[in-house]
Amino acid sequence: MAETKQVIVRVKRQAGPKEAARWEEFSLKWRPSMNVIICLRDIAENPVTRDGKKTTPISYDSNCLEEICGSCAMLINGRACMACSALVDRLEQPIRIEPMSKFPLVRDLAVDRQFMFESLKRVKAWIPIDGTYNLGAGPRVSPEIQEKGYPLSNCITCGNCLEVCPQVNEHNQFVGAAIISQVRLFNMHPTGAMNKSERLSALMGPGGIQECANAQNCVHACPKGIPLTESIAEVNRDAWKQALLGWLVG
Amino acid sequence: MRQPKIIVVGGGLAGLMATIRVAEAGIPVDLFSIVPVKRSHSVCAQGGINAAKNQKGEGDTVDKHFDDTIYGGDFLANQPLVKRMCEAAPGIIDLLDRMGVMFNRTPEGLLDYRRFGGTLYHRTAFAGATTGQQLLYALDEQVRRHESEGKVKKFEGATFLSAVIDEGGVCRGICAMDLRSMEVKTYAADAVIFATGGNGAIFGRSTNSVVCTGSAQAALFQQGVDYANGEFIQVHPTAIPGEDKLRLMSESARGEGGRVWVPRNPREKRAPRSIPDAERFYFLEEWYPKYGNLVPRDIATRAIHRIVYHEKLGIDGQPAVYLDVTHIPRETLDRKLEGILEIYEKFLGVDPRVEPMKVFPAMHYTMGGIWVNGEDQATMVPGIYAAGECEYQYHGANRLGANSLVSCIFGGGIAGPAAVKYVKNLEKGAESTASGVFDSEKQRQEEKNQKLISQGGSENPITIWRELGDVMTEHVTVTRINKNLEMADAKISGLRERYKKINLNDRTKWSNQTLNFARELENMIILARVVTLGALARNESRGAHYKPDFPERDDANWLKSTRAKWVNNDIRLTYEPVDISLIKPRPRRYDAAK
Repeated sequence: MAETKQVIVRVKRQAGPKEAARWEEFSLKWRPSMNVIICLRDIAENPVTRDGKKTTPISYDSNCLEEICGSCAMLINGRACMACSALVDRLEQPIRIEPMSKFPLVRDLAVDRQFMFESLKRVKAWIPIDGTYNLGAGPRVSPEIQEKGYPLSNCITCGNCLEVCPQVNEHNQFVGAAIISQVRLFNMHPTGAMNKSERLSALMGPGGIQECANAQNCVHACPKGIPLTESIAEVNRDAWKQALLGWLVG
Repeated sequence: MRQPKIIVVGGGLAGLMATIRVAEAGIPVDLFSIVPVKRSHSVCAQGGINAAKNQKGEGDTVDKHFDDTIYGGDFLANQPLVKRMCEAAPGIIDLLDRMGVMFNRTPEGLLDYRRFGGTLYHRTAFAGATTGQQLLYALDEQVRRHESEGKVKKFEGATFLSAVIDEGGVCRGICAMDLRSMEVKTYAADAVIFATGGNGAIFGRSTNSVVCTGSAQAALFQQGVDYANGEFIQVHPTAIPGEDKLRLMSESARGEGGRVWVPRNPREKRAPRSIPDAERFYFLEEWYPKYGNLVPRDIATRAIHRIVYHEKLGIDGQPAVYLDVTHIPRETLDRKLEGILEIYEKFLGVDPRVEPMKVFPAMHYTMGGIWVNGEDQATMVPGIYAAGECEYQYHGANRLGANSLVSCIFGGGIAGPAAVKYVKNLEKGAESTASGVFDSEKQRQEEKNQKLISQGGSENPITIWRELGDVMTEHVTVTRINKNLEMADAKISGLRERYKKINLNDRTKWSNQTLNFARELENMIILARVVTLGALARNESRGAHYKPDFPERDDANWLKSTRAKWVNNDIRLTYEPVDISLIKPRPRRYDAAK
């Protein structure tokens, strides 16, 4: 009988935010269409390292497993990506799996991305409706706006664009491309546009849009193919316009 | 004056809608969710949301939407509330539109509508093929706005363990566990709204997300909250098989003209595109000329099973059929279906615009759920409400496509104000409840954790879960045979015994995901039995529940809802009549116009 094909996986383990990190290596049975989530589940079912040591199942975030909830972002072979759509057959082995580095670590591969949700609050990423009672239809929206807005609204808040951004670091509270792109989305909606200046102002303080240094890593790391650099350019123009106008009138 | 408080458990569409409504009424909300609410399972809904807006001039009406829903559900749903939902649907679309959902538009700037299963009208509004994601985000944004104004407090990364119920049988709050610190705490509230989704995980693999275990429903069930129509489980006809998940391939693919077929010759070796039309068997179109590829899901699923297991016509002898959109212009596909086609391309490495997709049915939706009254989403326990997929009310024996999003938002929208009314009329709020009531519930849950963490057994929770899923999928989904259901029940009971010997392999008290999973698993086993026993007892075929030994619907004996009760630590099935006051039951046939 032919030897069964193995998948070698190296996982960076860390029991908690203040514990020391270490690497563990696992040897798993290969199957067709295997992804990184299946690897992590295999380890949970049999938590034994390649050299036969018993260990604990690995902590990680996951939910939808079809790349729409944004949970399972991690570094796989050094690349920020979603574990569910990271297919083993397309990865070089041993597969190195690490937690994202730009967010506080919880345990193993699980991190805390609350910063992104707080940033959405900061920029008021919503349409301020009067209430949920019946007020009739919304404004008409041209197919052209819809076709621009819909891709932006596909953002799954995974944080990959922050992970790869050199401007997101311990010295800087840069909100990152995803949030700027959300500002563009709400500002292009006919009702959302009424609060455009408020959102732009929120992007002009520390950690705001001026922190972007145009590395353009974000747009390549986005699993949803969102035109992030285009969003940054457009919001940047609007922010400058607003600042300049404020200065002239001021 | 006393300040009441309401807890919402679950941050999908139903939970968020309930939250918004309560916040609007000026009552503070504590919102609990296992995952950040923006990552809830509602994001997986793809095709769209139904409302009889008649925007294509076809003569669609609310009454037709109502009739399609009742007929599609094979007359098992209580009718008055379903009617109210269909009446409310156009207003719900307007509301979502005002919230800024990027719905697809017509050249005039109006919402576009597509066709979906079980109807002959263009009734489904959509945002590409990621409608659930877009709607969830809209509600998430509104909740974030209320949160920034201090009206909503989120407890994300916390899981519900049990309700706190006082000596008088009134709910006074919940007991929950923080998934990082693993700390168990009680939270007082005057009313609790549950919106905890479906239970796909009891079938192992399904189209559901990881958090859809049904654990909260099962915990409530064991605290005396009845569970209705558990045996009604929707198996979606078209999903992409996978070892970790069965990924949904939305009905909208067929709504936009996608066709299901297999080669007529079971030994066909040619690539699908080189098989001439005459040698393809478009079995849904042939068997159901009126509805064609858009028959309801239970019908399509059984047809695919018949093709694969009976006619032995699965592609290459495998359990798979073609779902073909290659004849649709690429521009249309990208504008209307890109989200789902990308899923196929990403996970299988094949472009479905060029090559027909290979699909097979998968467990998808939980029609049954927590018993609620026909009025205001209240359960039988005062102070506990339920909305969304976790309750049983709107879909009868089979849910129509694109009715789930509307039922979640409608149900949440009712539960919120109902809970508000209830807490305002309460004589004594949770603050007057003796602290012992909270303490003893907390202690009970902590003891469970302690036992699980410290015991050194021989069973692995994931192995037990896998076996549970296998037996449920094999015997309790599409085709149900009493002898097999009995076997499944025995197997589940065996798993319950083995569960007592599980070993977590992880004794740490920080972010211990295995501990949480083990707790969910115990509840999943209970719920699996509710589903299996309900199916075993119901000797008829109705909607998604199909027994070849009892192939007909039997209104004389079975036009009734199953209502499972927890009595003396065991499941007892009771039944109650269905409210059929508005539409008289008639035979359900999709091979001809109804």
